[in-house]
Amino acid sequence: MGDYLRPRDLDEALQALTRPFTVLAGGTDFYPARVGRTVAEDVLDITGIAALRGISETEKGWRLGATTTWSELVDAGVPPLFDGLKQAAREVGGRQIQNAGTMAGNICNASPAADGVPALLALDTQVELASLAGTRRLPLASFITGVRRTALLPGELVTSFHVPRPQHEARSAFLKLGARRYLVISIAMASVVVEVADDRIAAARVAVGACSPVAQRLPELEQALLGAPANAQLGERVEPGQLAPLSPIDDVRGSAGYRNDVALVLLRRLLSEVAA
Amino acid sequence: MKLQFTLNGRETDWDGAPVTRLAAALRDDLGVTGTKIGCDAGDCGACTVLLDGRQVCACLVAMGQVGGRSVETVEGLESGEDTIAALQKSFLDHGAAQCGICTPGMLMAAQELVRRNGKPTRAEVEDTLGGVLCRCTGYGKIVDAVMDVVAPSSDRAPVAGEAVGARIVRVDGHAKVTGRDVFGADAIPGDALWVRVVRSPYARARFELGDLAPLRRRLAAVLTAADVPFNGYGIYPDVKDQPVLADGLVRYRGEAVIALVGERADVMAIRDDEVPITWMPEVPVLGVDAAMAADAPLVQADKPGNLLLNGGVKRGDAAGAFEACAAVVEGTFETAFVEHAYIEPEAGWALRVGDRIEIHATTQTPYMDRDEVANLMRLKPEAVRIVPTACGGGFGGKLDLSVQPLIAIAAWTLGRPVALVYTRPESMAASTKRHPARVKAKFGCGADGKLLACDVTATFDTGAYASWGPTVANRVPVHAMGPYAIPNVRTWGEAFFTNGPPAGAFRGFGVPQAAIAHEAMMDGLADQLGIDRLEFRHRNALRAGDTTATGQTLAHSAGLAQCLDALRPHWQAAHEKIASFNATGGSRRRGIGVGCMWYGIGNTSMSNPSRMRVGLSPAGTLTLYSGALDIGQGSNTIMVQIAADAVGLLASQFALVTGDTDLTADAGKTSASRQTFVSGKAAEKAGQDLRQQILRLANAGPGATLSLDGASLSVRDGAELRTIDLVTAGPLMGEGMFDPPTTPLDADGQGVPYATYGFAAQLAEVEVDVELGTVKVLRIVAAHDVGRAINPTLVEGQIQGGVAQGLGLALMEEYLPGRTENLHDYLIPTVGDVPEIECLLIEDREPLGPSGAKGIGEPALVPTAPAILGAVHHATGVRVHRVPLLPHRLREAIVEKSRAEMT
Repeated sequence: MGDYLRPRDLDEALQALTRPFTVLAGGTDFYPARVGRTVAEDVLDITGIAALRGISETEKGWRLGATTTWSELVDAGVPPLFDGLKQAAREVGGRQIQNAGTMAGNICNASPAADGVPALLALDTQVELASLAGTRRLPLASFITGVRRTALLPGELVTSFHVPRPQHEARSAFLKLGARRYLVISIAMASVVVEVADDRIAAARVAVGACSPVAQRLPELEQALLGAPANAQLGERVEPGQLAPLSPIDDVRGSAGYRNDVALVLLRRLLSEVAA
Repeated sequence: MKLQFTLNGRETDWDGAPVTRLAAALRDDLGVTGTKIGCDAGDCGACTVLLDGRQVCACLVAMGQVGGRSVETVEGLESGEDTIAALQKSFLDHGAAQCGICTPGMLMAAQELVRRNGKPTRAEVEDTLGGVLCRCTGYGKIVDAVMDVVAPSSDRAPVAGEAVGARIVRVDGHAKVTGRDVFGADAIPGDALWVRVVRSPYARARFELGDLAPLRRRLAAVLTAADVPFNGYGIYPDVKDQPVLADGLVRYRGEAVIALVGERADVMAIRDDEVPITWMPEVPVLGVDAAMAADAPLVQADKPGNLLLNGGVKRGDAAGAFEACAAVVEGTFETAFVEHAYIEPEAGWALRVGDRIEIHATTQTPYMDRDEVANLMRLKPEAVRIVPTACGGGFGGKLDLSVQPLIAIAAWTLGRPVALVYTRPESMAASTKRHPARVKAKFGCGADGKLLACDVTATFDTGAYASWGPTVANRVPVHAMGPYAIPNVRTWGEAFFTNGPPAGAFRGFGVPQAAIAHEAMMDGLADQLGIDRLEFRHRNALRAGDTTATGQTLAHSAGLAQCLDALRPHWQAAHEKIASFNATGGSRRRGIGVGCMWYGIGNTSMSNPSRMRVGLSPAGTLTLYSGALDIGQGSNTIMVQIAADAVGLLASQFALVTGDTDLTADAGKTSASRQTFVSGKAAEKAGQDLRQQILRLANAGPGATLSLDGASLSVRDGAELRTIDLVTAGPLMGEGMFDPPTTPLDADGQGVPYATYGFAAQLAEVEVDVELGTVKVLRIVAAHDVGRAINPTLVEGQIQGGVAQGLGLALMEEYLPGRTENLHDYLIPTVGDVPEIECLLIEDREPLGPSGAKGIGEPALVPTAPAILGAVHHATGVRVHRVPLLPHRLREAIVEKSRAEMT
């Protein structure tokens, strides 16, 4: 049996991290990886640290605490910019998982099919990391480096997410495709944020998940959307070539070709929906 | 770590490792076992509890996080002794609990919602229950129960003589909605040793064991093949091909190799790689093509060509008759391994009592377990006592032995209780599966749409061991022509060994696979001739008086045409709605399909008797002694209903003793949809026997009415009232036995394989997203000829649950060894996938059955996949040849079709 620490403040947690610990929060990835096994490693439980929880508005946007659960996010009074992230939150597992699972857990687990990641990418989210040496911020796209791999260094802990305030009226949405309703690993998913000024797209951020080792933004598509009228025809701007950053694989849930096809369909639908 | 928290309103102390899962702490440390464990991975929701009022999976919560917080479990729902909450009462009244293993989780998930909102919408209920899997009910009655939680319920206790046909609540329902029902893992003695099984990571390998002495020093025992007195078991008396522990050779991934026995923490702490096994993997034989290849390695040394069994039915001249057909269609259809996915993993414990061994485990078949364990241990059958626990779902998967041999052998030698509870991945890897099938079919009919000929070959992958493979290979040829009158028939079934998981019994014994083929043929012929698909089936439906392909003339109770008649108005109305929906264009297309089936009740051409007893004690206790196991389908309740009316006393006065091989007679296995028909008939006869004895004591005529009040039994015959003092009369015991009359099948499959058949027709409405390839089933209407519905609520529950499994078979379920060994990669339908299911009960009485009843368990599932696939074809023009129809497969077929149309 290993050690178990559940500190109340961040410094205590960072002190502990001078040696290796497995970080535990909502437990929704930790325990499933240990079915039928004795938990023997040293565990740092960060759910007791109040500073890591909750959503607040800042000068430049919003801060979302690392251990904010998906249900807390859904219940939060935040602007329509976050609608896509809320829709994603509602697609994470079932209600039980949403009540326990945390945002930081979702990104640190770094699954290619993490439901929270495309929406957070579309929000241009920055990840704040803390260690005894100080704090640093990384764009989410640089934080997740591969399948089950992140830029987290030894001694570091994800403490919060920062979503910048958009310059214009922003709308967002998320779509997930799975082989059943509820409790399903995504075959493909997409999230978009568009900013609208004078009925035209002034900024667009688009991300696709489960179609590459790490969910990807689609810069060419984002460019192509700029200046387009914000109406139900927006989806027609999506072209297959803009999906080049994706590199889907064949697996039990779908073939690579299929994933490419449906990513396109999801994006067209999403963009038409948010722009209409 | 010591901590305090509030459990169901009470301050509770707990001490232990803080990473302990809340679910384990509740069950193992605090003895609160209403919270069930189905997966330990957050995939099934069975362990759902409320933490500070919000639903969570107790298997994912560290006890270190629980200190100072409030935990609510199913035990906390009751407001006082015997006062269940409105939600629990609603579950009871709606028949929302079947096996009951998901019920506590469902209740707690629902509680999160109804506490805030007593009148929730369907969508809110679905969102709330989306994280709890149920494999029995098809969710409909659960959703209704939550939505109707504030509606007052009616009193449903029927008067004497009117129990049959009444919607009485399950006799075991109270235990299920309170979490008190005792399942396989719920009452393991505190001093039990535990078994952990080391299983093969390879589909085919030879292995050598190293020095086990160091492990043996750490543990109570390390069992190997050498410790099993007779190391072979199997369903058939002459096929004992499956070892309890592999002996130098494994034939499938998940096969048991070594059993570690010791204190629970000790056996769990030992990793597989600490066990000295040297593996020599070999190329596995996977799939029937590999098994049939000329140079295929043998899976079983004594089975040349890897052939388990083959045989067929021949009537008329099928080959010749095709020449005369106005329309002929052909097709080949493939299905996958399908997992039962009962929410209760295999579990139980054993104890040696003198020279006998007692096994308390979850099972569908106590007497077969008794005889198998006796054979393995070289004991007399009487030296083995099976005490079945409540069974948290079976569907055929708990007909084979699981935990029983290892706990029995260990308890026998160690003299202590020994327990074994499978993990979810272990349950999935070790247990039997539905047979993957390749069904090649050719059907022809005349210009009048009357079927003239059929030729079907069904090839099955039976996996590594025989299990119920022979049953599948025998049953399918009898059913493969479908429920239709066809003069010229050739059907053939064959099963081959592979290094896949043993394929065994799964709701339908191969018939669901065959039905996918014959129903596609019906659609094809109807379309070719421009006849409505439902009318085409109606024209060809087997009716009373018709002779089947095995030469059996159906004297009674062949209600397929009535089922189709009942569907017709729904069919026509839906066609119109769908046409107008599709006329609007867009990426979503709707379609409707119909599927028909017939299903022989009971064993195929084999004796399968049931014996039941009804006793009346001197104290006035009326007891049904039933060996028929209720695995959720409701046999406990309907046996009481049948026996009550047969005796002429109130169902509510019955006590029930069930399953225990020391206390009940052999009522056979809960399989083949046989319990209502076979054991129900035996219960009826037992009740009648007791009634005869009472009438004789009272010297009363057959029309006398009885009433029981304590030890006093009143018999009113016309104007005369006699009272029997039961103390003076002494104990009374009525007994009944029934074995359905069948005959063996000859070389051409001619004979009477079953005494009666269930018939059904279902229609499915679907919406296909043609751009994504997804299929949403919008509605199912299911018409079933059940002979007589002993309890319509339970019959509906069986139909809805069967439909949900048929939907899974059609659209999402595919077991891949080593890849989908958990409930997040292996998908079964959630509450959001199963549509409204309307049940139409057709009661074409079967004179042999109790009050005319037949069976419903398997018939419920068989027509669903064909109806859905027919609807997909109607919507898209794509005929599906492989299930599950995953989104990418349908999308690829749609693309292929439009490409073909363009060229």
